Amino acid sequence: MQWDIVIGLEIHVQLATRTKIFSGSSTAYGAEPNTQANAVDLAMPGTLPVPNEQAFRYAVMFGLAVNAEIERRSVFERKNYFYPDLPKGYQTTQLERPIVGPGYVGIDLENGETKRVRIHHAHLEEDAGKSLHEDFHGMTGVDLNRAGTPLIEVVTEPDMNNAAEAVAFARKLHGIVTSLGICDGDMSQGSMRFDVNISLKPKGSDKLGTRTETKNLNSFRFMEQAIAHEVERQMDILEDGGTITQETRLYNGDRDESRSMRTKEEANDYRYFPCPDLLPVEIDEAFIEEARASLPELPDARKARFMEQYGLNDYDASLLASDSRLAAFFEETVKHGKDAKLAANWIQGEFSARLNAEGKSVAQSPVSGKQLGDLVVRIADNTISSAGAKKVFEALWTGENDDVDAIIEAKGLKQVSDTGELEKMVDEVLAEMPDQVAQYQQEEDPKKRKKMLGGFMGPLMKASKGQGNPKLFNEILQKKLG
Amino acid sequence: MTISRTDIEKVAVLARIQVDEAQVSALENDLGNILDLVDQLSAADTDSVEPLAHPLDAVQRLRPDEVTESDQREAFQAIAPATENGLYLVPRVIE
Amino acid sequence: MHNKSVAELSRELESGAISSVELTRQLLDRIKREDGAYNSFITVTEEEALADAKAADEQRATGKATPWTGVPFAHKDIFCTRGVRTTCGSKMLENFVPPYDATVTANFRRAGAVCLGKTNMDEFAMGSSTESSYFGATTNPWGEQRVPGGSSGGSAAAVAARLVPAATATDTGGSIRQPAALCGITGLKPTYGRVSRYGMIAFASSLDQGGTMARTAEDNAMMLNVMAGFDPNDSTSVDRIVPDYTASLDEPLKGLRIGLPKEYFSDQLSPAMEEQVRNAVREYEKLGATVKEVSLPDARLAIAAYYVIAPAEASANLSRFDGVRYGYRCEDPKDLMDLYTRTRAEGFGDEVKRRILVGTYALSAGYFDAYYLKAQKVRRLIQQDFISAFREVDVLMSPTSPSPAFRQGEKTNDPVTMYLEDIFTIAVNLAGVPAMSVPAGFVDGLPVGLQIIGDYFSEARLLNAAHQFQQVTDWHQREPQ
Repeated sequence: MQWDIVIGLEIHVQLATRTKIFSGSSTAYGAEPNTQANAVDLAMPGTLPVPNEQAFRYAVMFGLAVNAEIERRSVFERKNYFYPDLPKGYQTTQLERPIVGPGYVGIDLENGETKRVRIHHAHLEEDAGKSLHEDFHGMTGVDLNRAGTPLIEVVTEPDMNNAAEAVAFARKLHGIVTSLGICDGDMSQGSMRFDVNISLKPKGSDKLGTRTETKNLNSFRFMEQAIAHEVERQMDILEDGGTITQETRLYNGDRDESRSMRTKEEANDYRYFPCPDLLPVEIDEAFIEEARASLPELPDARKARFMEQYGLNDYDASLLASDSRLAAFFEETVKHGKDAKLAANWIQGEFSARLNAEGKSVAQSPVSGKQLGDLVVRIADNTISSAGAKKVFEALWTGENDDVDAIIEAKGLKQVSDTGELEKMVDEVLAEMPDQVAQYQQEEDPKKRKKMLGGFMGPLMKASKGQGNPKLFNEILQKKLG
Repeated sequence: MTISRTDIEKVAVLARIQVDEAQVSALENDLGNILDLVDQLSAADTDSVEPLAHPLDAVQRLRPDEVTESDQREAFQAIAPATENGLYLVPRVIE
Repeated sequence: MHNKSVAELSRELESGAISSVELTRQLLDRIKREDGAYNSFITVTEEEALADAKAADEQRATGKATPWTGVPFAHKDIFCTRGVRTTCGSKMLENFVPPYDATVTANFRRAGAVCLGKTNMDEFAMGSSTESSYFGATTNPWGEQRVPGGSSGGSAAAVAARLVPAATATDTGGSIRQPAALCGITGLKPTYGRVSRYGMIAFASSLDQGGTMARTAEDNAMMLNVMAGFDPNDSTSVDRIVPDYTASLDEPLKGLRIGLPKEYFSDQLSPAMEEQVRNAVREYEKLGATVKEVSLPDARLAIAAYYVIAPAEASANLSRFDGVRYGYRCEDPKDLMDLYTRTRAEGFGDEVKRRILVGTYALSAGYFDAYYLKAQKVRRLIQQDFISAFREVDVLMSPTSPSPAFRQGEKTNDPVTMYLEDIFTIAVNLAGVPAMSVPAGFVDGLPVGLQIIGDYFSEARLLNAAHQFQQVTDWHQREPQ
């Protein structure tokens, strides 16, 4: 049987506020356990919450960025359940009147089309602390530094139909929140976490199947794998005539395994009710307009600008515009390197490969945009070959030297571009290869001729000790061979 | 409305309060009486009435995003039942 | 000295007739001698009090004193006091010593007042007799084996027994006014939001309000001057100018319009009680007030609405007592569930557990609309009743409680009977308006309280009305034998 896959996402986005959503404790990552948990965060008796204005500003900015309605009077509810990382015994969240109403985001599909994924709503809530499961004499340790960190939970409609679309949406959202500067986007620190709702239905059917929720995926790769895994699991069950249990599942990315956390039947009765310690939050026009005025350029607008301003193609523009830091790096490179296409190729090629290999973010790159730009200049003006450029990049990356021209000089990477000199070398090489010359001249297929031309390059590069400009060699060869 | 033993047991689990057999019986009676009292509400005509969550029709004040708290872990953990290496200890949590 | 009011003591300290240290010693001795009979204190902070008294005397010597500098008082054990255990009358917090002050506590500290200790109360303020305290029942100084009312029964008894001239208290459904009435003292529950709730251990957040207890209205005004005010740490605290509540005490009452809600003079009230209240109202007429009957048609639903809203809020507010970060923890929990369920079963008393269970039930799936939402709608109806009434009159008057102090043990076996103690006080909390209880006579040798209810933020007028009444009556001066 053929199946349609239906995917909806819930995304927890940690807001980059300085303090917690309901207290003045710092949210800085990596502090010693429980040193950033004050009386309010610890739910000490009698303590009370006071909401952080910046969390609302960020939520409103997010709402505007995803074309959503802003709720003018939002309300906090208590979601009641017991867990050691939840000090009050309830999570303060928004249910009936979330700050961000329905909106949408466009994602680029592989076939070049754009698909609209609808956002059901996004609400503000507090994060929980962390349970540390390493052994304390059979006990679990609880660190409440994270408790009370502001989150927006973004809930989509079930508008995605395969893992690629879900990942494209997730990346898009990542691009939006990091461009807005409302989230640091650091997935390894849990700044964005994904819950994936998946169901299958017979192809063409309009009746949704039973869904499962796979929780707490913290990388795009794990998300993609988890979806593939869950789709396959459900398909196996359905094709064996079984039924899907509505449940929450945990995916182990290292083992590509998942297991049930809890089923619907044993689900908590969360007893939501309006939090009596907090009043309705009214957002007025001025607040919204102020937030709108502070919106930076977002990925879609940036992509359009990159195509217009730098003449990039759709694919390059989309990729470079998706991440604000990558985009900024690109623009810095172009500012110094002039040739945008070449800059784009280098950033997506050598530069990205190197970052990935070392697990570094753009911000952690040892090579600056200016340095890469200087390098692009030297490639474009034929001072160095692409092979030479890789050597320069390597030296920049390892910190051997921080000046492009100095590296070219020191390593003797400068190409010979004196045509007189090059012509002389070509004449000498052709004289030593009469058979190949004859073969070439007899060949009529331009493709094969092009390939045969390559046969002369090796000896030429050798003759020039690797410093002959390959482009010029090519031109001279074609001229001489006719 | 009456409350059943099953209801009481379910609610006790939700509220994380251990109750034994004898207590369930007593609670069945007491909670039943309380709910009888509460059931007077059903007589009220509230069709066009907005719920009132707060006596004052006020709106929430928002706080500037400034760090006002410093580390007081030592003071807070001095009154904790069980801590180690700065962590609160609880019986092993199985996810 | 123990018979003197806060205002009198303040003057004597100012004149140098007595020092705070002497005064504090005298009262501490008196507590030691007499409180065995009442059990009005859970904790007496002798050492801290004497140190504070000494500091207060030094402060007076510099000429920079407030009216409260060096004046002894007590806190209900629901207000967190830095470095002094704060139990809320519960085993759950038997050894809880908060490293922080409630805003109210900090305000009294700043004013230079000397706290002698923490007073007894119904566990987590849930009760009307101060019998549900883990630290034993408090006895009413007016009668052996009589309850002092509750939940602020410890504060009321301590003030009535002249152990302290004043004490803080809280009122969620009548917990200031009813014990004030039963102990023959004066108490004020301010408008919701007038006094910060920060550091005041929560029972029902949308109803709880800190307030005052003393023998005279003037002392209540002096207390409110310290307690009232905006607190940025409490989102429900009101940012509104705080008047000097003592400034308007002497204003004449001529033209004051008094309303008597007919629903509060029903057959549930004994003729003897009614007579005392009507006599008090006549005193007001003599002072120039006019009286008319008014109606609070939905007040009869107040108890029902309250017993949904208060337990629902409490069920969530008390979830933090889980044995993880502070407070009681059961012995040797075998797993997490065991830690929670045993800690809470052993740490909470019966009435607290009942209310948590009722509240959990009212909020659980399938019942939310029928109970919680319905109760909130009824709450609006009740509020509208008060708003309508205050279009016609300035204050409402009624008995504070349906009967004088009852016997200990009389109502402990039937929660609902106990709940009906608050039949005249509960609607006030649902509406959030301020109200007082003022001593207004005796029935069978036990004090009777007159409840005076005002419009939002009319505390100054209530205190003025109570003060003027106390200029022509002496019920508040009567001393239990």
